[in-house]
Amino acid sequence: MNARDLLGTPGLPLAQDGGPVFAEPWQAEAFAMTVRLHERGVFSWSEWAEVLSQELYRPGRCVDGSDYYDCWVAALSRILSELSIVRGDDLVRLSEAWQRAAEATPHGMPIVLENDPLGKGAA
Amino acid sequence: MHDHDDDHHHDNHFSDMQARVKALETLLTAKGLIDPKAIDAIVETYETKIGPRNGAHVVAKAWTDPEFAAWLKRDATAAIASLGYTGRQGEHMRAVFNTPETHNLVVCTLCSCYPWSVLGLPPVWYKAPAYRSRAVIDPRGVLAEFGLALPEGQAIRVWDSTAELRYLVIPERPAGTEAMGEAELAALVSRDAMIGTAIVHLAEAA
Repeated sequence: MNARDLLGTPGLPLAQDGGPVFAEPWQAEAFAMTVRLHERGVFSWSEWAEVLSQELYRPGRCVDGSDYYDCWVAALSRILSELSIVRGDDLVRLSEAWQRAAEATPHGMPIVLENDPLGKGAA
Repeated sequence: MHDHDDDHHHDNHFSDMQARVKALETLLTAKGLIDPKAIDAIVETYETKIGPRNGAHVVAKAWTDPEFAAWLKRDATAAIASLGYTGRQGEHMRAVFNTPETHNLVVCTLCSCYPWSVLGLPPVWYKAPAYRSRAVIDPRGVLAEFGLALPEGQAIRVWDSTAELRYLVIPERPAGTEAMGEAELAALVSRDAMIGTAIVHLAEAA
């Protein structure tokens, strides 16, 4: 990951100093996971840029660009599915488990997957 | 300590995107492709890149405009919204003002209680359960670890963000800034000062 990779990322919202800008923590986490997978050689940054770009140019985007990281996560899910690393149905099942876990977690306690009342969260 | 009202709502909620990202993280961690610590380290590199420094603007305006400060004290949600900063969920905000007598510190567990639209990204250590529980039990000790030694006589109030009410700390305006304008002042206000783990200093550089 270097400055040239960053600049070669389609549509990435950048701050004045050239770093990426996030509106919510999950966006930074999705960004960081992508960077890490790239560093580990799971995909090249240009492969990533290609898949991301396809998601960004789908019809129906928000005009203000506020769904940029929604596209990012869709692209990350897709590239991992195409590489047979993550199965789409596993992802859906586990996302639902995390949502149940969050709702079952009382305020002030950390949200962990084990809190899923259906308890089938483990990957 | 406040007690929780009966549960007509859920305390915690993950949006579809939050849940999807957590699910990806779980699957990739299980496969040994990522390590949450490495992810935190990358996030940490960028966590202060918060786009528009909304909260700092609110603080600087409160320092320079007594009427705005009074409004902020009375109805922070409306005062902050008047500057164009509203959260996705239209969260209620309360501004807590530091004084020589009282320092304010905000804790939360990053469920859905963190006012991103005002404060930008939270620090990575915020989500450590140990931080929250220790900050409640021994705030002075926790602040000392952040290098913030408060005067003996200054009380510390700890505020626990909830899904209904989120807090913004208005730090004390440092001495020597009387001639500064709003923009210059806003540049002094750090994210950590707005959650109460730092105070605002005038830059040392001459």
